[in-house]
Amino acid sequence: MRLVLPNPGLDDRIPSHADLERMEKEEAGDRPKWDNKAQYLLTCVGFCVGLGNVWRFSYLCQSHGGGAFMIPFLILVVLEGIPLLYLEFAIGQRLRKGSVGVWSAISPYLAGVGVASMTVSFLVGMYYNTIIAWVMWYFFNSFQSPLPWSQCPLNDNLTDLVSECKRSSPVDYFWYRETLNTSVTIEDAGGVQWWIVLCLATAWSVLYICCIRGIETTGKAVYVTSTLPYVVLTIFLIRGLTLKGSVDGIKFLFTPDLDELVNPETWLDAGAQVFYSFSLAFGGLISFSSYNSIHNNCEQDAVIISIINGFTSIFAATVIYSIIGFRATEQFDACLHDNILLLLNAFDLSEGMFTEGNYDEVLQNLNSTISGSEVIQGLDLSTCNLRTFLSEGVEGTGLAFIVFTEAITKMPVSPLWSVLFFIMLFCLGLSTMFGSIEGVVVPLQDLQIFPKNCPKEVLTGVVCLVSFSIALIFALPSGNYWLALFDSFAGSIPLLIIAFCEMTAVAYLYGMDRFNKDIEFMIGHKPNIFWQAAWRVVSPLIVLVIFVFYFVTKVNSELTYLTWNPNSENFPVLEAIPYPSWVYVIIFVLAGLPGLFIPAFALYTLFQRCCCKKNINILELNTVSAKVNMYENQ
Amino acid sequence: MEDVVPLLLLLLCVSSAAAQLCAPDASNGYKVRLSLLTALGDEAYVWNDSEMFLFRAAMAFAMRTADGQNYNVSNVLVCDETPRVSFWFVVTSPLNSSLLVERRQVEEAVRKSRNRINSAFLLTDNTLEFLGIPPTLVAPTPPSSPPWLIVFGVVMGAVGAGIVLVLGTSVMQSRREKKKAQTGFEEGEEESRAEGNGAASDSVYNLSFSDDDRLTQM
Repeated sequence: MRLVLPNPGLDDRIPSHADLERMEKEEAGDRPKWDNKAQYLLTCVGFCVGLGNVWRFSYLCQSHGGGAFMIPFLILVVLEGIPLLYLEFAIGQRLRKGSVGVWSAISPYLAGVGVASMTVSFLVGMYYNTIIAWVMWYFFNSFQSPLPWSQCPLNDNLTDLVSECKRSSPVDYFWYRETLNTSVTIEDAGGVQWWIVLCLATAWSVLYICCIRGIETTGKAVYVTSTLPYVVLTIFLIRGLTLKGSVDGIKFLFTPDLDELVNPETWLDAGAQVFYSFSLAFGGLISFSSYNSIHNNCEQDAVIISIINGFTSIFAATVIYSIIGFRATEQFDACLHDNILLLLNAFDLSEGMFTEGNYDEVLQNLNSTISGSEVIQGLDLSTCNLRTFLSEGVEGTGLAFIVFTEAITKMPVSPLWSVLFFIMLFCLGLSTMFGSIEGVVVPLQDLQIFPKNCPKEVLTGVVCLVSFSIALIFALPSGNYWLALFDSFAGSIPLLIIAFCEMTAVAYLYGMDRFNKDIEFMIGHKPNIFWQAAWRVVSPLIVLVIFVFYFVTKVNSELTYLTWNPNSENFPVLEAIPYPSWVYVIIFVLAGLPGLFIPAFALYTLFQRCCCKKNINILELNTVSAKVNMYENQ
Repeated sequence: MEDVVPLLLLLLCVSSAAAQLCAPDASNGYKVRLSLLTALGDEAYVWNDSEMFLFRAAMAFAMRTADGQNYNVSNVLVCDETPRVSFWFVVTSPLNSSLLVERRQVEEAVRKSRNRINSAFLLTDNTLEFLGIPPTLVAPTPPSSPPWLIVFGVVMGAVGAGIVLVLGTSVMQSRREKKKAQTGFEEGEEESRAEGNGAASDSVYNLSFSDDDRLTQM
């Protein structure tokens, strides 16, 4: 007994198996194709593996019990990630259309799912490319020694370091002041920062030239952008392991704390990470898969790409934490050194009194006398704990632009490591952007908003130009806050809604029976009971649970954002202030609008069908070629 | 015996005077602190009387450079030496050995010759500290053009050239294809017309069964 909702006219909207065989043999059509399997795999790997693998996974791993986090992560990869990936690949390969085309073909009421995917791809692409613009800014600034974020600049009188920099750190100052020139609140607009505009222009231009002819050009670009990150990560791993303290970092990352497994938040974060890290529901994967030959083994592809994605996350986390371990050890040594200096100066002791490791002993000796302990109390020594330094876990842009850049300044030949690191981030981000652009351009073509003979170069150019113009908002002094807003809301809730709709559409509107037969036709065997259970029950349930929890926590909590305020009390700790009320409108647009497209388009199609029955899509032509099947005997 | 006593008294007076001149927290003195191990690690030298002599000579040199008067090693008095290697010093005037040179003058002299004093001891501003005299900060020389603009220019130039190239080849390709399609169309028409005329000369050529796919665009 399989539950399938009635879906009349499905056979007329999709090519039959015989049509597919014919199209395959004749290689007919203007649909682009992959040059070889490697291009396809590298493009998908590049799309899935992005900045999140580097800076989100390592943070989650460290904050949710280290090695123990692998358990929920790997379980959810198998239960949620691979089935969803397989579904998108299979449906794209079968229906041979982009996201709008696929969902419209399954049911005209579902065009909204494709439009929602396109909107999310557009919004996410805008802010993602801004992060790439920041990466480019740091990359441009890496070609000098010493690196500009290694020292504080002097103030105008040349008497002292700039106060903002002195109170925080050179890397913080370079990021918040010289790069972002960040304002105090999201409302403080100002002029656009011209240097960020230049970097944005560079980022969009590079993206344009790589995507200019669709997969014809991106297929060549991914040979570099998808492989270079792995090379750089390996180099960093080797370099990292030779630095002092790196092994402490790796040990800290992977030390399991099995108590975290009981915490539901661990499982939710793992589920969300798996979902977002696979770049599902953007529409790009469906598009990429539709350019495959009809008998391509999409099951194998899904498993391979999932394994590569998971492995990359773990590998990147190892590299990041080896460098963080080095940085924490340096900070610990500096903290101890400062304390030792204070003690030496206060008691006028000989420098040789403190050797490696006898700090506590000597401190105790000094503390044993009454006068000594009084003096020590007056000194206000800071407690130096390596674990505290290691668990200053940072994620997101903070990890890349503050923590890691600081660690790089402590390594010899810093400019080289800086250049390598930012090239790696650039490649990771760019290959993800290819999928985003694909997820915007192909639906635009399917929706026929532009005239049909409009060349792809022009369409891609228009998309890049419009995105660049809107992304200028991120070049304002408040740009960082806008970006955080987009990141929290545009790239989270809508995707969960779209993914849930995708799975229910395929399982219950398209029909699991039909889907099984399609897969049997494409790869030679029906999907086994694991895939069936996953697509019909397990994966939608997981996505629904994550969505409900996300929604509930966001709605219940007061929405705040972290600001850099030199005048705040706890400077340089970021100050959390609530959003102004007009921002809630924007939050609703970002988070709700893509999801609302789904019912909106469904109602629109319903309205069209009920009221204007004459304009149904199927055109009845009275021609001989339509009535008589000309190709039956070939 | 009678000659010795006044001599001893004189010595006592002088030394007590000297002791009074140089004392910790003296109003016209400065505390100096050296961090030899921090600066030089394994190559650190031992601080002994010879090194102290060098310091006093360097200070005398600094005072001479700043003041012009003939300061001598004996004009620099040192006291309160600690194992940290820190001590207090005062500078007496070469004209009157019981008169101390003003604090400000000493500071000026030290500031002027700080580099020379540092180099004499292979130390830096941070490891040879004069407490109360902050080190002068070195203003970094701004480069002629910010280096990042150069890299930006290179990258944008390459990308721009690439875009022009790709768009140019697309335009040329589409022009070439249009020409081919036009000439192909004309050839095809002539062929079918010839066939039609040959097969049935007195009937109208029936187009309904011919393969129109090549000519019409789907």
